[in-house]
Amino acid sequence: MTETGTEKVKRGLAQMLKGGVIMDVTNAEQAVIAEEAGAVAVMALERVPADIRAAGGVARMADPKKIEEIMDAVTIPVMAKVRIGHFAEAQILEAMGVDFIDESEVLTPADERNHIDKTKFKVPFVCGARSLGEALRRIGEGAAMIRTKGEAGSGNVVEAVRHMREVMGHIRKLQNMSEDELMTEAKEMGAPYDLVKETAKLGRLPVVNFAAGGIATPADASLMMQLGADGIFVGSGIFKSENPAARAKAIVMATTHYDDPKVLIEASKGIGEAMKGLDIRSLKPEELLQTRGV
Amino acid sequence: MLIGVLALQGDVSEHFNILRNLLAAEEVTLVKTKERISELDGLIIPGGESTTVGKLMVKYGIDKKIKSSENLAIFGTCTGAILLAKKILGMKQFTLNLMDFEVERNAYGRQRESFEADLAIPVLDGKPFRGIFIRAPVIKNVGKKVKVLARYKNDPVLIEEDRFLAATFHPELTDDIRIHKYFIKIVRKYL
Repeated sequence: MTETGTEKVKRGLAQMLKGGVIMDVTNAEQAVIAEEAGAVAVMALERVPADIRAAGGVARMADPKKIEEIMDAVTIPVMAKVRIGHFAEAQILEAMGVDFIDESEVLTPADERNHIDKTKFKVPFVCGARSLGEALRRIGEGAAMIRTKGEAGSGNVVEAVRHMREVMGHIRKLQNMSEDELMTEAKEMGAPYDLVKETAKLGRLPVVNFAAGGIATPADASLMMQLGADGIFVGSGIFKSENPAARAKAIVMATTHYDDPKVLIEASKGIGEAMKGLDIRSLKPEELLQTRGV
Repeated sequence: MLIGVLALQGDVSEHFNILRNLLAAEEVTLVKTKERISELDGLIIPGGESTTVGKLMVKYGIDKKIKSSENLAIFGTCTGAILLAKKILGMKQFTLNLMDFEVERNAYGRQRESFEADLAIPVLDGKPFRGIFIRAPVIKNVGKKVKVLARYKNDPVLIEEDRFLAATFHPELTDDIRIHKYFIKIVRKYL
């Protein structure tokens, strides 16, 4: 019997992206640059997070015309973002044939209480998380892939590091717990018990876990991979830099050879200036994107 | 015997873990550089993005090293199968051109159309094999020397030619180790 949209098929696409770089693009020309540089997928957007942050107002799903233009330009998978809880936007993207949906805190949440029931879709979803509890809640809702939230559009890796360390450290703690401690732990984390047990047994998340939110340099990519990321999302970091094509290639190189400092020297040389970036402490609490949809 | 999994990008650890269950620790390794290709008797090119893996292979000179290794047995899954093909239909994308077939990328459609299905594979004993097809390619125009080991709706999905084995699906995403065992037999034959 042939089945589509199974958990294996949805999680499987995320597994195919491992060790790769997913790049934010806002038009066909940028998508081609990303594919040329060796991106494993592109995220189709109307504006990169740094510009969303600057523009203010309500950020929504991109214009389908824009997304189609990008889908037509490349052969690699195309992802697109929907607002947290906005299942109608997700239905539109699924009907368009988008390969992966990011239920993203970068857009203005449509539902402050609930996320999308992602099990209802044949298309896989990726969701952001700052902690293990958050990650397992999203997986419980059907997410096929997790990424750190970091702080999108900041060009500052500090939040992505915080979130990756939080998730990986917590998994290590679970591994040291006895089975009878896991129920209380699940209660305190606010995460489904069966997923807590599975994570403790596997010693990793049951789905692929990428780093996102503030990655701007080849060294940032290497850092996140060494902290346990399965791959890298680069949002504003590429097309807000001085030489996007060179930087995109360099980050791909650094993600493959994250554990080889000699290659990282090559990757980091002469690629122009990185995006300027923000000190997270200069942001007001209401300006933080990571606190949306937990 | 040493079998390497090409670790440039893709579902490397899934292949690695299956090999580790079947072989001794010193018989399995991860490979990212051309220098290490010559140590190998077998190579698995995993699933991933074929554009990415192809570009990185060329960039690091791994393609030339693979092509000049005359006794190296190779097993490619999905992206790996695309890279083993003679050419990709309708596209100017790089391939290793080691097997006599052509391939059409994303031939079943987009991710929404990705699927799983039971495959009858006569060379493996017993029950059907659960094939997981993710944005899978379709094998076309196979040459006379190519043995078709399995088909899905008439299209070849698992093929063998001398020391090469190519699958358009992902045995590494299942717990079924029979195809990996079959590949190890091919590697042993060419030692």
